[in-house]
Amino acid sequence: MNSDWNKELGVKFTVQDPCQLVRKSFGDPVADDLRYVVKAVVGEENFIDMTPNKSNNFCCGGGGGFLQSGLPEERREYGRIKLNQILATGATYAITPCHNCHAQVHDLAEHYEAPYHTVHLWTLIALSLGILGPNEREYLGDDLKEVNMAEWESEY
Amino acid sequence: MAEEVIKLTRKKGGTLKDKVMEILPEGGNLNLCLTCGACSSGCPATGLHDMDPRKFLRMAALGMDEEIKNSPWIWCCSMCQRCIYVCPMKIDIPQLVFNARKMVPREERPKGILGSCDMALRSDTCSAMGATEEDFQFVVEDVLAEYQEAQPSFKDMQAPVNKQGAEFFLNQNSREPVTEPDEMVPLWKILHLVGADWTYGTKGWAAENYCMFMADDDAWKHITEVKAKAVDDLGCKVWLNTE
Repeated sequence: MNSDWNKELGVKFTVQDPCQLVRKSFGDPVADDLRYVVKAVVGEENFIDMTPNKSNNFCCGGGGGFLQSGLPEERREYGRIKLNQILATGATYAITPCHNCHAQVHDLAEHYEAPYHTVHLWTLIALSLGILGPNEREYLGDDLKEVNMAEWESEY
Repeated sequence: MAEEVIKLTRKKGGTLKDKVMEILPEGGNLNLCLTCGACSSGCPATGLHDMDPRKFLRMAALGMDEEIKNSPWIWCCSMCQRCIYVCPMKIDIPQLVFNARKMVPREERPKGILGSCDMALRSDTCSAMGATEEDFQFVVEDVLAEYQEAQPSFKDMQAPVNKQGAEFFLNQNSREPVTEPDEMVPLWKILHLVGADWTYGTKGWAAENYCMFMADDDAWKHITEVKAKAVDDLGCKVWLNTE
């Protein structure tokens, strides 16, 4: 696994620390592990952290049942802080290792028409391994729809 | 012009705060607030419905249980615990919010959360979207067969269901099998490449637990027990939940 695919492209990524995984469960050590993986996959120079981060990170607003609570206006107002934190990094991709974060951060981008994509961590690991197929790129932007495809995929 | 004077509604028999203090270690430190506001300054829910964590705690301290219970804000808190993390006294405000949710009659709690919880309670899959054991197994096997054929380097990849004695029992959020099954595949590939011994289960496969967000103790306990039993019944050592 390496970040060669992104050496020339220089696509920038940030990561949302999931509250459940980091602050509420394993703390900063797992946030450091997360960054180790992300940097290995996208390249250290292509990772930009949000502020604040790790255990001090802000919740995106996807947790606690907020996504199903029937309060979308409040949820998006809550998430506006996260939206601005993501935009401040200048990254075009927000990696969301948590399912709820993915749903909320993705919805924020759609609602506020923000120019970033929202991706699962496993998508990027598979991309860097050169094993990500064309149908597994739903959440990637046009810039990464065909990057690092295996040879067999040209058969499609 | 000043707003109307707030009349406190403290009732006999203890307030919400008293009750929560009884069930938490050190009473959740609910009496130790310095009113510094660190909680509110770092809470994304601050300002929604004219509420913030510090104000919420002060209202609880004043016994304003009715006002607390009736505020939609208790459903705007995501229980992220950042307030505890930055609090010099480590006060457990999210537990207070959770127990405030419990004060709302069950049928009056948010429909979306209620419906998802009730759906999960209907079967041993625990799926909030109502996907059955058969649905899940069919989708997994169907998607797997498609990828084994289309991508030669993964012709030997497996996505086991009910594999007895596997090391890892993997949960799956209902959204993937129900609405975007291709999204399950990258994780399968990674597990395949590292040689992980894993399995799904037809019982207890759904990762979500909305009954917890609903603050329905009996229900979320039931959901958790059904899932834990599914892991035990297959003799798996590690339960992986991607939520």
